[in-house]
Amino acid sequence: MIYAIASGKGGTGKTTVTASLAALWDRPVMAVDLDVEEPNLHLFLHPELTGEEPAFMEVPERDPKRCTLCGQCAAFCQYKALSVMGKTLLLFPEMCHGCGGCLLLCPEKALSPGKRELGRIVSGHFRTDHLSSGREEDAGFPDAGFLMGRLRVGEAMSPPLMRQVKARLPQGQSADILIDSPPGVSCPAVNAVMDADVLVLVTEPTPFGLHDFRLAVQAFRSLGKPLGAVINRSDIGGVGIGDASVQDFCRAEGIPVWAQIPYNRAVAEAYSRGEVAASAVPELRAMILALMARMQGAAAASQSASATPGEVQHA
Amino acid sequence: MNTGIIAVTSEGPGLESMVDARFGRAAGFVVVDLASMAVSYVDNSGSQTMAQGAGIQAAENCARAGAEVVLSGFVGPKAFQALAAGGIRVIQNVEGMTVGQAVDKFQRGELAVADAPNAPAGGNPGGGGKGEPA
Repeated sequence: MIYAIASGKGGTGKTTVTASLAALWDRPVMAVDLDVEEPNLHLFLHPELTGEEPAFMEVPERDPKRCTLCGQCAAFCQYKALSVMGKTLLLFPEMCHGCGGCLLLCPEKALSPGKRELGRIVSGHFRTDHLSSGREEDAGFPDAGFLMGRLRVGEAMSPPLMRQVKARLPQGQSADILIDSPPGVSCPAVNAVMDADVLVLVTEPTPFGLHDFRLAVQAFRSLGKPLGAVINRSDIGGVGIGDASVQDFCRAEGIPVWAQIPYNRAVAEAYSRGEVAASAVPELRAMILALMARMQGAAAASQSASATPGEVQHA
Repeated sequence: MNTGIIAVTSEGPGLESMVDARFGRAAGFVVVDLASMAVSYVDNSGSQTMAQGAGIQAAENCARAGAEVVLSGFVGPKAFQALAAGGIRVIQNVEGMTVGQAVDKFQRGELAVADAPNAPAGGNPGGGGKGEPA
């Protein structure tokens, strides 16, 4: 099962929740940081990194000796990655979206595939709470996988890198996957959640939180996946910062609230030390375990709902 | 210089229009043939709505109009490179005046040709030209 932890608004606690879930997950798990513009899950899970490789996008290279300046490539390109000016075919590889159309079109075979580095794909594994617990029942719990994309500084396009990170996800049901998604509702955020089986939206009970949560619900609900909310700092209405509007919105829209995490200074302190909040703060641990159970329950329910009754189950 | 064709980024179609300080996202170009002082207008609104590459598109529009010199406020690096490849000279920091005034200044030799772009990629200063990600 793939679980994506997303949000409309940034800074609501996606990574805190993802790291906490990853540390406590009771099945084989892989934690994936798809917030490639600013990955930070590794700061809390402290994975042992075993692999790092560059990811590339195919961009055109030109052979000026073959080019007749016919301009077909430049006319085709919607992104102005190619332009015929004077007696020159100009290439702007950083503008290229990698569609490959110019390479197909060129009648002179003057364009060949080159590459632009999008970023790095980093892999490794981390110790879940089970491994460091010393509890007898946790002995033999497997190491958990870790995967992260890190966009090259100056690179504008994150979805192509995210796709290459996702291509490295383990296939089948050998491990559950927890995706730490980028904030927002634009292409990177949609790209992070579109392959998930279950979505967790982390929000906060403030006007900003509600505004962006509403956008996230609008954007992601159409994907038709089970979706639940985590309301972080859920009680800050009591100190005059937030209000009950997120809770009210969830009730009105029929969105299940899978966790309400009260404001707790100890969580912020654990965060500042680079610790997994649920491992450091006992009250949070219980809430994250309950959240995990609800996520797994939603995944199981949607799986059994999608299996047509009476359908023959093939092995 | 009393001959040649110059293109001035403009908010409107004539010599009385204000210079548009933006190059790539300019509303259009007033094109002046200095030999005859014939004035024409090239619409650039197609570039204004592009997600990216407006400067390159605008440079292509200038080249198509036969311009040898461009007068504008801010020209970014890709546009500058494209104009240079097309053999088009660039005069920057022209703003806050009408197209006619800019042409006069050019003819009196008061405007210097730039050898480098004066704006960052993706929009002129304060222009809020941050592109949408893919």
